[in-house]
This record gives sequence, C-alpha cells and structure tokens, in this order.
Amino acid sequence: MNKLREPSLLFDRIFPVGVIVALLVIGWYAATFFLNAPYQRDLNARQGVSVTTSELVGQTMRQQKPTMPAPHQVASALWKATLGVPVTSKRSLVYHAWVTLSSTLLGFLFGTVLGVLIAVGITHIPALDRSFLPWIITSQTIPMLAVAPMIIVILAAVNITGLIPKALISTYLSFFPVAVGMVKGLRSPEAMHLDLMHSYDASTWQAFWKLRVPASVPFFFTSIKVAVAASLVGAIVGELPTGAVAGIGSKLLAGSYYSQTIDIWAALIAGSVVAMLLVALVDVAGRVTARVMGARPT
Amino acid sequence: MTDKPVISARDLSLVFETHDGPVQALSNINLDIQAGEFVSLIGPSGCGKTTLLRVIADLEQPTGGAITVNGMSPHEAREKRAYGYVFQQAALFPWRTIESNVGLPLEVMGLDRNEAARRVKHNIALVNLAGFEKKHPWQLSGGMQQRASIARALAVEPAMLLMDEPFGALDEIVRDHLNEQLLKLWAQTKKTVVFVTHSIPEAVFLSTRIVVMSPRPGRIHEIIDCNLGAERPLEIRETLEFQRIAQQVRDGLRAGHSYDD
Repeated sequence: MNKLREPSLLFDRIFPVGVIVALLVIGWYAATFFLNAPYQRDLNARQGVSVTTSELVGQTMRQQKPTMPAPHQVASALWKATLGVPVTSKRSLVYHAWVTLSSTLLGFLFGTVLGVLIAVGITHIPALDRSFLPWIITSQTIPMLAVAPMIIVILAAVNITGLIPKALISTYLSFFPVAVGMVKGLRSPEAMHLDLMHSYDASTWQAFWKLRVPASVPFFFTSIKVAVAASLVGAIVGELPTGAVAGIGSKLLAGSYYSQTIDIWAALIAGSVVAMLLVALVDVAGRVTARVMGARPT
Repeated sequence: MTDKPVISARDLSLVFETHDGPVQALSNINLDIQAGEFVSLIGPSGCGKTTLLRVIADLEQPTGGAITVNGMSPHEAREKRAYGYVFQQAALFPWRTIESNVGLPLEVMGLDRNEAARRVKHNIALVNLAGFEKKHPWQLSGGMQQRASIARALAVEPAMLLMDEPFGALDEIVRDHLNEQLLKLWAQTKKTVVFVTHSIPEAVFLSTRIVVMSPRPGRIHEIIDCNLGAERPLEIRETLEFQRIAQQVRDGLRAGHSYDD
C-alpha cells in the first residue's frame, strides 16, 4: 500500500511543469538552429567567410530578422518591451496587452450575456429550441477573418468605431461556447429533481431560479473558460483588418510588415500570457463559487 | 368525513405509448385508501406500483378510469400540496445545506420566514438530524440523506406521504432502523402513507394493508390486511402472525406473476 502523502508544490506542480518547459526550450533552440542555418550558410558563402559549426550555431542565434528567433532573443525583446519602457509608451507590450484586454473583456461580457440569454431562450421556448441551434452552429463555421473586416466597415459606416467593433468580434466568438454549455447546464437537473419541484407546484420561474440555475453553475464556468480564450482571439483578429494602432494584433501586423520576427514572437507570447491569466482567473472564480455552493472539495 | 376515502381509484388505467407500441402500465385499478392507513404497494418490476403512486401524485396522467385524492383530482390536490413525495433517492439539492433543502418546499410555497424556520427545525428534529442543519448532502450518509428527504416531505405538513421505495438503495441494517423510525413517525403524525416497496418483510412490518400487484398488464392481484397492531418492535418479524402474512403476500406475488421466461 502506498502511503498517502501531502501534495507538495515543488514535486507535484513546479517540477513536472519545469521539465516540460525545459524540453520545449531545448526543442526551440534546436529548431532555431536548423531553420536559420540555411540562410546563414548562404550569407557566409556570399561574403566568402568560412566558419566552424560552433560559430555557425552562434550566428543563427544572433540574426536581426531570423526565420525562427531564439528563446533568449524573444525573452530579451519581451523584457525590453515590458519592464524596459514605461507602460504608457507605444512600445510597451503591457500597453498593447491592455488595449487588447479591454476589448476582450468587453466582448467577453457581451458574449456571456448573449450566450446565457440564448440558452435560456432555447431551454424555455420550444420554437427557439427547434429553430435556433443550427443557425448558431452555422455562425461559427464562417471564418472570422472574413467576417471581421465587414463588421468593422459596417459599424464604421454608422459611426461606431474604436472599442465596440473589436469587442463585438470577441462577442461573436465567445457567445457560442456559453450558449451551448448553458443549454446543457440548464437541462442538467435530473428528472427526480424536476418531479420534486413539480410536486411542490413550483412555477417555471421558481424551477428556473431554485433548480436550473444552480445546477448549471459548473457548466457555466466550463463554458466561460473557453469563451474568455475565444474572446482574446477575437480581439486580436479584430485588430488585424482595422489597421489598429494599438493592441497585440497591431503589434503582430506591424511585426509582419517589417519582418520583425522577434517582435512577432514577443507579441504572441504576451498574448498567451494574457490568455493564461484570464483562464486561470476564471478557474479560480469557478473554484471559489463551487466552494461557496458547498461542493465536495476535490 | 373520516369514512370518505382519501384516495379512491375506479377502473384506473394507464397506457404508455412507446416506440415498441403501447404498454399497459396500469389496468383496471380499483382501490380505496382511508385516512390514517399505511398502505404498501408491492410487486415485481413492471407491475405499475410506482406508476400508480405517480398517478396519485399527478406526476403521470391516467388514460382511463377515475381517481380522486381528498375528493379532488390529483392535479388540484397537488396544487393544494396535499402530499409529500419521497423518491427512491434522497434527491437533495447538492448546493443547499440540509436545513435549506428541508425548507425548499416552504420557499416555493412562499411561507412566512419564521413559520418556515420553525417547521424546518421541528422536522429535522423529528428525523433525528438535529446538529446537521448546516451540512451539505455529501457530508451525510445515504440513510441520513433519505431521512432529510423525509423531513423535507413532512415540512409541507401534508396529510399524506407518498413514498416510492424510499429505502431501496440502503443496506439492510440502516433500512431496519429507518423502518422503525418511520413507524414511530406514522404513529405520531397520523398521516396516510402510501408506500411502494419490493420487500415483503418491509411491507408486512410497516403496513395496515398490502396491495399485491402483478405485471403485464400492471394490475392489483390481491389486497391483504395486515393488522399487527400499532406497537411493532423489530422482533415482531419472528412471530407466527407476521410469518403467516408474509407467506400470504409471497403466495400472492407468485400467483400473480406470470413466469413466462
């Protein structure tokens, strides 16, 4: 029999994650060398310099516009763009992340409200149940990159610019997981629980608030975890066709115009850090809510 | 008033339409239950005992015949909260504490807060769960959960308890214990109880009358009187009278069951 031991932060969390990170970094360095080496060899041949393999490795890690930037190049770019400049600067990734985050959050809020409303409609109005879901699914099969410019252009025509159009693209992507998850959640009560409410002659309204809503809470948090990540993607995609001057998306776009691969990677990583923080935040909110609702601790 | 039956079924039938064609769940049910009786419905699976209970509770609609509960239709009786229903599982809401679960029907009824709190306290004490008010269902054993669900049914203060194999999922020791408690409760509260079970000893131990049902189609095979008196310690199960009634129920079940397999 294995003796149960207290889970330790070092051995159960940090160590396994650290191993994976280390493997990723090693793989990344290897990729950097193999992807950058052909160009470097060409360059060296044209300039007539001959280098040893170890010198070549060094060169592939120091290119100005590498095909694949090395981890330390991205890290130093990130460092400079976050701690090296004031957060109000146009060169600060914190500033750009904040611009994207604000439209992400607004769009996420819209999307969550919209998704919940659709789910309530679908679970309570039979006509909506039969007619609505196929349209919702169709809406998600349309490529966002094709729809985003149209949304921006149409809204600009009615003088809506700035934060709202970008947020609406986030809404478009984030309402879907919430709607689907909440339909499932609101329908999750067992037949016995529904019979129980029926035996009390509870109204639809009472059954909704006292049974369906609390039963749907775990589904809600699972859905918004997906939705918040989708919102961020939506906000970034929304920044691309607008020629936005600020935001993670605009940094990606500017980076690709000028082949600043290091900047692109730095912006990508900034984006994923924001995504991780958002998902973690939702996760914590879900756990706290479950605890408050008396769920069995796991 | 007292001689009028609380539940009265006349030629009651219920046909379920299924994908494999109609299924006769209840056929030709004639049954009168008087106030204060403890009536068990016993029979093999598919005999319609749970369906009959659900018809009384207005959770299923009969397709033929007539049934009255307190002289009204089951629908009106349900609207007047004439009964408390206890399910096979405790069916407590996991996000509510025990006291808040017991208070659920009172919230739905819109009962005054003080009165609701009094009833919750009283009924939790009645099922011996005092001290567990603030616990959540997962913190209680299966037997305790089922007691909480009985307290919840009693909180409505119905004249009638409808119980659908309430102890079926529990082990025999807990079951014996809860049977004793249920009898005490019944003696204290003078409620009419309709109790679905597939256990012969349980039915004989608890009931004043036992309705033996048989399947395909679901019907009443025999109604057996079971007058063991009000005082029923567990040891009564060793007496000849108990054995005789149990044997009668067993014979009834055997005769009614078409062993077609």
